[in-house]
Amino acid sequence: MSTIFAVSSGAPPAAIAIMRLSGPGAFAAVLDLAGSLPQPRAAALRALRDPATGDLLDRALVLLFPGPASATGEDLAELHLHGGRAVVRAVEESLAAIPGLCAAEPGEFTRRALANGRIDLSEAEGLGDLLMAETEAQRRVAIRSAEGAVRREVEGWTTRALGISAQVEALLDHGDEDDVAAGPDPLPGIRAAAAKLADEIAIVAGRPPVERLRDGLRVVLAGPPNAGKSTLLNALTGRDAAIVSDIAGTTRDRIEAPVVRGGVAYLLTDTAGLNAAPGDAIEEIGIARTRDALEAADIILWLGDDPPPPHPATIWLHARADEPGRAAARDAALPISAATGAGIDALWHRLAELSQALLPPPDMVALNARQRELSLSAAAALRAIGTEPDLLLVAEHLRTALRAFDAITGRAGVEAMLDALFGRFCIGK
Amino acid sequence: MQFDVIVIGGGHAGTEAAAAAARRGARTALLSFDLSKVGAMSCNPAIGGLGKGHLVREVDAFDGLIARAADAAAIHYRMLNRSKGTAVQGPRVQADRTRYAAAIQSMLAAQPGLTLVAGEAEALVLAGGQIAGVTLADGTTLSARAVVIATGTFLGGRIFRGEERETGGRIGEASATRLAEQMRALALPMARLKTGTPPRLDGRSIDWARIEQQPSDAEPWTMSPLTRERLLPQLHCGITRTNAATHDAIRSGLDRSPLFSGAIDAQGPRYCPSIEDKIHRFGDRDGHQIFLEPEGLDTHLIYPNGMSTSLPVDIQVAMVKSIPGLGRAEIVTPGYAVEYDHVDPRALNAMLGLPQIPGIFCAGQINGTTGYEEAAGQGLAAGINAAAHACDLAPWVLDRATSYLGVMIDDLVLQGVTEPYRMLTARAEFRLRLRADNAETRLGPIGAELGCLGADRLERLARRQEARDRLDAMFSITLTSTQLQANGAPVGQDGARRPSREWLRFPGVETGHLGIAWDGDPAMLAEFVEDARYAPYLERQEAEVAALRGNDNVRLGDDLDFAAIPGLSNEMIERLSSARPETLGAASRIRGITPAALSAILLQARKRAA
Repeated sequence: MSTIFAVSSGAPPAAIAIMRLSGPGAFAAVLDLAGSLPQPRAAALRALRDPATGDLLDRALVLLFPGPASATGEDLAELHLHGGRAVVRAVEESLAAIPGLCAAEPGEFTRRALANGRIDLSEAEGLGDLLMAETEAQRRVAIRSAEGAVRREVEGWTTRALGISAQVEALLDHGDEDDVAAGPDPLPGIRAAAAKLADEIAIVAGRPPVERLRDGLRVVLAGPPNAGKSTLLNALTGRDAAIVSDIAGTTRDRIEAPVVRGGVAYLLTDTAGLNAAPGDAIEEIGIARTRDALEAADIILWLGDDPPPPHPATIWLHARADEPGRAAARDAALPISAATGAGIDALWHRLAELSQALLPPPDMVALNARQRELSLSAAAALRAIGTEPDLLLVAEHLRTALRAFDAITGRAGVEAMLDALFGRFCIGK
Repeated sequence: MQFDVIVIGGGHAGTEAAAAAARRGARTALLSFDLSKVGAMSCNPAIGGLGKGHLVREVDAFDGLIARAADAAAIHYRMLNRSKGTAVQGPRVQADRTRYAAAIQSMLAAQPGLTLVAGEAEALVLAGGQIAGVTLADGTTLSARAVVIATGTFLGGRIFRGEERETGGRIGEASATRLAEQMRALALPMARLKTGTPPRLDGRSIDWARIEQQPSDAEPWTMSPLTRERLLPQLHCGITRTNAATHDAIRSGLDRSPLFSGAIDAQGPRYCPSIEDKIHRFGDRDGHQIFLEPEGLDTHLIYPNGMSTSLPVDIQVAMVKSIPGLGRAEIVTPGYAVEYDHVDPRALNAMLGLPQIPGIFCAGQINGTTGYEEAAGQGLAAGINAAAHACDLAPWVLDRATSYLGVMIDDLVLQGVTEPYRMLTARAEFRLRLRADNAETRLGPIGAELGCLGADRLERLARRQEARDRLDAMFSITLTSTQLQANGAPVGQDGARRPSREWLRFPGVETGHLGIAWDGDPAMLAEFVEDARYAPYLERQEAEVAALRGNDNVRLGDDLDFAAIPGLSNEMIERLSSARPETLGAASRIRGITPAALSAILLQARKRAA
C-alpha cells in the first residue's frame, strides 16, 4: 500500500494550504520533513526542511491522526502550509522524492476511506458533494448526506418493506398448512402498508434534486435574435462572458456562466436566438441547441415580445426598457435594462423567489439523481401491489423495491457504481 | 477393497449420493450399520411440501431416487398452495414407510457399480492430507479417493425424553460416536442442533368419526413424471386440534421437559417447533392444528404431525388424551428429542467438499439441515461431485438462479446455520423461475451433460424438447383482439395484433381463446402457459441474473485475508473467514456484509490483482 499526498484545501494561492498524507509511510515522511513528530491529534508548529538538501521549505502546523481511527482509516498527517503556489510546489517536490510516496489520484483519499470501511457509498457520494460545495445551502445538504442521512432514510424504508414482505412470505410459505391462515385476510393491510410507504418515498424523491444545489440552477436566457440576451448575461455575471453586437444571431452556440448570488448557485446559459427562418446551417444547429437547453432548464428568462413558451418557472422580461419606444412594457413582463441596470435587482429577487421552490430545503434528506430514480422505482413497485391480484407478484414487487434500496446504499452492481462515483472526485479529497 | 467413492450412511442423503456417484460411473460403496434400514424415513411419513417439493422434483430431474420412491409408496397426494401461483405450489405425498424403504433398496440393488456394505465406519483413513478410505469396526479397510459423510443425526446423537437419556441417532439404533470423536479431533468446526419427533399412535384407538377428513387430491399428478399413475390405494389424512386441556397438561410438565430444564441447549427448528415450544411462545392461542398422517397401508401407526415433543411419557399420554378424537388413543412409541453434532457447513465449498481434507464431502443433516428432501438434494450434489473428484470428471457447481438445490447449498456454505435449515420458497430470490413444474426443463440438460441420466430420461428429455419447439411455434401465431373476442376472451377491442403467448398475459385469457388444440402432455402445455404469463417478470429477472453472474465472476482469490482488510468489523471478519466466499457475489450474499464492507473487499481484491 503506497502513501499518498495532495493539497486538500482548494487550489493555491490561498491563506493556507492543507497538505494531506495518508498511508503507512505518512508519519515517517512527516518526520523526514519536520525532524520530530507532535502528539497525535495535537497541532504543533514545525519547520519543514527538504530531507535531501536541508533547505527550509515552510513553517507549518503539523497534525497527526493515527489509523484506523482517521478519516481514511490509515495513518493520516496534515501539514497546514502557507498557501503560496511556490511553497506548495516545493513541499510537493520534497514529498515526491521520498521513496514510497506518490501524488494522490483524483478521489483517492475518499476511495481509501471507503476501502477501509470508514464510510459507505451514500456517505461517499455526500462527501463528494460536500467537497464541491460552494454555497452554504450546498454544504448543509451535502453534510447531511455525508453523515449518513440518506442511508438512514433508506434503511428505514428497507425495514418497513421487509416487514411487509415477511407478512406476504408467511402467506406463501405457511398459509396452506400451518396455523398462519387463522384470522382476517391480511392482504388489505399489506396493500395499505405498501401504498403508505410508496407515498412517503415519493415525498422524499419528489423533493428538489440535490444536483440543482451542486451544479447550480439552470437559468436559460432565450428569445428571438437580437433581443439582448447576451447583454443581460453579461450584466448578471458582471463580466463579458458573451460577445455582444448589434448583429442578429451573434450568439451561435450556448454559453454557460456560473454565478453565485444570495447563497444560491446559478448556471446561466445564453442561447442562440430562436429565429423562425435561420440564415445558415450553423444557426440552425444553434437553435436546436437552444431548444435542448430549454428542455433542461430549471428557470427560463424569456426576452421576447411574444409570450414565453410553456414552462413551470419562467420570468418574462421586457428587455432594453431604456430604449426609446420600449418604455411601455407588457403587463406580465418585467422591464429591465442592462445598460442602466434598471430592473436587474428585481430580476435577482424573482430568481431568488423561484429558487426557494426549486432547491431542496436545507436540513432535509435530499437525493441525487441516481438515488431518486431508484427510490421512485421502489415506490412504483410498492404501488403496483395495490392492484396486483397474484400474491406471488405482490412478493416480487416487494423484492424489486428491496433491491432498489440495496442499490442506493451500494449493494447491487458495486463495480459500476464505484466507477461512476469516483469519476466525479477532484484530487486530494 | 478398492472403490472410487465411499458413502457413509444409508439415509436420504447417503442413498442419493451413492446412486448419483454410481450413475456417473464411479465404483461406489454405500456403508450402513444395518442394510435393512437403508432408505428409512425416520421422522414424518411425508415427502415434499413447499420448497421441499421443488427439491424433490429437482433431484428427480437428475434421475435421483426420492421422487420415484415417493410415488412407489404414496398413499395420499396433496398439492399445497393450489390456489396460488404455480411457482409456490408444493407437491407432497404421504408415504408408506415400508414401501418407501423397499423402493429405495430395490433401486439401489438395480444400480450398476454400487455395492452395499453393512458395517460401522470407525475411522477415516487419511494419506498425505487427503482422504484415502474408511476403516470399519471389524477391521476391514475400504479404499477410495472420495468419501461422502452422510451420517445424519448419528454423529454424537443423544436422545432426550423427560428425564430419560439415551445415546443414539434413532430410537433403538447405535450412534457413530467414534467417528464423531475423530471428526472433532480433525478440528472441523462442529456445533450441535436438536430436532424432535411426536409420539406414534395406534390408529385403531382413534375415534375417526370425530376427526375432519382430508382426502387425497383427485388430480392424477405424481412426484416423478416418470411415474405414469398412482400405484397404491389412497388414504385420508385427519385434522384435529389441541385445546385448553391439552395446553394445561403440557404446562404441568414443562419443568420436566429437557427443552426447558436446560438439558438441551442446542437450537431446534423454528419452522417445526415442539408442541411445548408452541404453547410456551404462543400462549394466547387457544389451539393448534394436529394432522393425523397414516404411516402405511399395512400398519395401524398414525403420525400426529404438529405434536413433536420431548415431555415425559405420562405428560405425553395426558396431552394426547385431551385432544378430540384421541381420547382413547394409545401411544405406541412416545415422542423424543435428539441432539446431534453437525459440521459448520461454512467449512464446505460450493461443491459440498471439505477443502481442508480434499476428497471429503458432507451431505444431509450433518450439514445442519432438516428434512428428507434437503438431505436428498445435498446427497445428489455431493455424490455427483465426489464422483468428479474420484474419477476426474467435471464438477457440478450449483447456481442460485437455476435451482433450489443451488439456493440451499449457497445458503449453507455462505451463511451457515443457527437452526436446522429447511427449504422455503422465500429463500429463492428467483422463485418465479424456479417452479416445481419446470425442474426438468431447468435441470435436465445439466443432468445429461454430467452423465447422470438413464436412457429413459434422456429419451424423455428429447421428446420434451420436441414438444417445447412445437408449443413455441403454436404460441408464436399472432391474433387480433377481434379474433380473441370471437373466441369469448374478455379482452378490449383495441384492434391490436399480438403473438398468442403475449395474449396469455391478459387476465382471463385461456389457451382455448387462442384456438390452440394441444394433443401432447398437458403438463408441458401448463408449463409453457405459466412461462408466458410471467414472461415480463422473468425477463426482468434475467438482467438481475446477469448482474449476479457478473459479481460471481469477480474472484477474490483463495488466500484473501479478510482480517487484514481494514474497516471490517470483527463480526464480518468472522463470517467472511468462516464462509471463505470465492467470489464478490458470494461475499455480497453473506448476511451482515454492508455495502461499505463489500466495497472494501472489492478494492482489496483489485489491489491484490493489480
